[in-house]
Amino acid sequence: MSRRRDAPSWPMRAFKGLVLLVFCALVVLPFVGVVSTSVAPDRQINEAGGLVLLPDSVHLDAYRSLFAGGVVTRALGISVFVTVVGTFASLTVSALLAYALSRPHFSARRPLLLVVLFSMLFSPGMIPLYLVVKQVGLLDSVWALIVPTMVSGFNVIVLRSFFAGLPGEIIESARIDGAGELRIFGSIVLPLSRAVLSVIGLFYAVGYWNAFFNAMLYLNDSTAWPLQLVLRTYVVNDTQLGSADLGTEQLPPQAAIQMAILVVSIVPILLVYPFLQRHFTKGVLTGAVKG
Amino acid sequence: MLRAPTRRTPGRQRAGLLRRLVRDRVLLLFAVPGIALILGFQYLPLLGNVIAFEDFQPFLGIRDSAWSGLANFAVLVNGDPAFLRALTNTLVLTLLQAVFVFPAPILLALLLNSLFSERIKRIAQSILYLPHFMSWVIVVALFQQMLGGSGLLNNVLRAHNLATLDIIGNSDLFRVLLTSQVIWKDTGWATILFLAALSTIDSQLYEAASVDGAGRWRQLWHVTLPGLRGVIILLFILRLGDSLTVGFEQIILQQQAVGRDVSEVLDTYVYNNGVVAGQWGVAAAVGLVKGLVGVALVLAANKVAHIFGEEGVYSR
Repeated sequence: MSRRRDAPSWPMRAFKGLVLLVFCALVVLPFVGVVSTSVAPDRQINEAGGLVLLPDSVHLDAYRSLFAGGVVTRALGISVFVTVVGTFASLTVSALLAYALSRPHFSARRPLLLVVLFSMLFSPGMIPLYLVVKQVGLLDSVWALIVPTMVSGFNVIVLRSFFAGLPGEIIESARIDGAGELRIFGSIVLPLSRAVLSVIGLFYAVGYWNAFFNAMLYLNDSTAWPLQLVLRTYVVNDTQLGSADLGTEQLPPQAAIQMAILVVSIVPILLVYPFLQRHFTKGVLTGAVKG
Repeated sequence: MLRAPTRRTPGRQRAGLLRRLVRDRVLLLFAVPGIALILGFQYLPLLGNVIAFEDFQPFLGIRDSAWSGLANFAVLVNGDPAFLRALTNTLVLTLLQAVFVFPAPILLALLLNSLFSERIKRIAQSILYLPHFMSWVIVVALFQQMLGGSGLLNNVLRAHNLATLDIIGNSDLFRVLLTSQVIWKDTGWATILFLAALSTIDSQLYEAASVDGAGRWRQLWHVTLPGLRGVIILLFILRLGDSLTVGFEQIILQQQAVGRDVSEVLDTYVYNNGVVAGQWGVAAAVGLVKGLVGVALVLAANKVAHIFGEEGVYSR
């Protein structure tokens, strides 16, 4: 660190460390409790009356019943589908648009850029958007979770400013060698933009995975529910999960099942988090500075 | 892909618009899907706002529903108790967030920035950013597990024969609960912009202040905070534009437990009256006015920022 300041006193440093430790504990503790309870034995959960912080032994019964083919298995499948397909579609559409907007000689650049920029200033009202989704026949379709949120103006602008920053000589020389736009985009621009594409892709993915209200608004049929809605019904609203819902005979304690659902919905985020974290400061800042 | 092998001349401005568009057809094709989606799901719904002026019946559709003029807007001015309740709750929550949520990341960023060990700072950041990526469903569920009737806190209290605390589902504490959930979820993440601004402050300023005899607190006041002023004002403007928007998903998830008296805000009013109760016109009218006020607030706040010599969201 180049910043030179008077060294703080010992009590001050200890105090700061303590405050930070408390904050971090407040964040970590709930996750530890949830994971522990999902694998804890019945007896211990009953004794604790709910959340267990340190399981005596590890049991995976709750997970076995979740993946036995019932409500949760199906919802997980839907969430994975929406996230994977949605992210791929979002990234493709956004990158193509951003590339077109980043080419300085593109004749329709200014008006289209304005369309994107203005879209960031307001959000469509809930009711009018609902009517549009209904009008185009997406209601009660899993595509209602993908299509309306497929393009985010903000992400397009971030991608655009990255593409615009790529050295123009490479692109120009490819053009002179006879490469068309598609070729330039596919074999020069995309490979050079892996980092920013993965950040934006992960942001889209987290958005799709976490989306809950659009499913509540657009899907009446509970068999099409994504994981977040199942989580709301069986964990937040505490509706009992029966063996019919789970497709299995033997039922682990309700608390363990609930916590296991919670873990299943958290783990994918935890898996992508390290990748996300490596880049996101960069991603957020390019958008904020140049957007 | 076919391309004529002719070389382009730089005399672009002379070519007609049509010819230029034909020349750029590939780029246009690239742009079409994204632009179409933005037009379809961001701009087209704006037209749907006409139902705010209609006695909208879903089975009749937008075109055949009867016009009702400004009748739907009556709830905004005639002292309708349900609307006033939603407005009051929204404003109270916005005020609470401005006082408690807004400064939290500034303080945390100052704390992180003042750490001497880069490693501890990085580890703390990794942990504190995490909740931002959790959905509201997960956050609400976690809070229930920690603070609910059979949650961790109350189990510990029970184990020590202490009185339990009724926090979740208690309408008196609902606002406090909402505020603390927002703080838990987003404070860490919100430090990013402040930390970035802090890292751009010229270290010579600190040295100069130090030479002039300023202690750590004086340096904080005279160097650090002025360095953050631009970001703070920018974010405050953005927040102001959102003052009528307070945690819709967060509230709708917990509304059942505490009742609408304390939990109904403008967004849930629009949802409950429109989608749930079928008063589409009224709900759209309230949503429309809310959106317009939001845009007006951002523009006004930006104007104020310009007057005070700050850049704001957009400069002129």
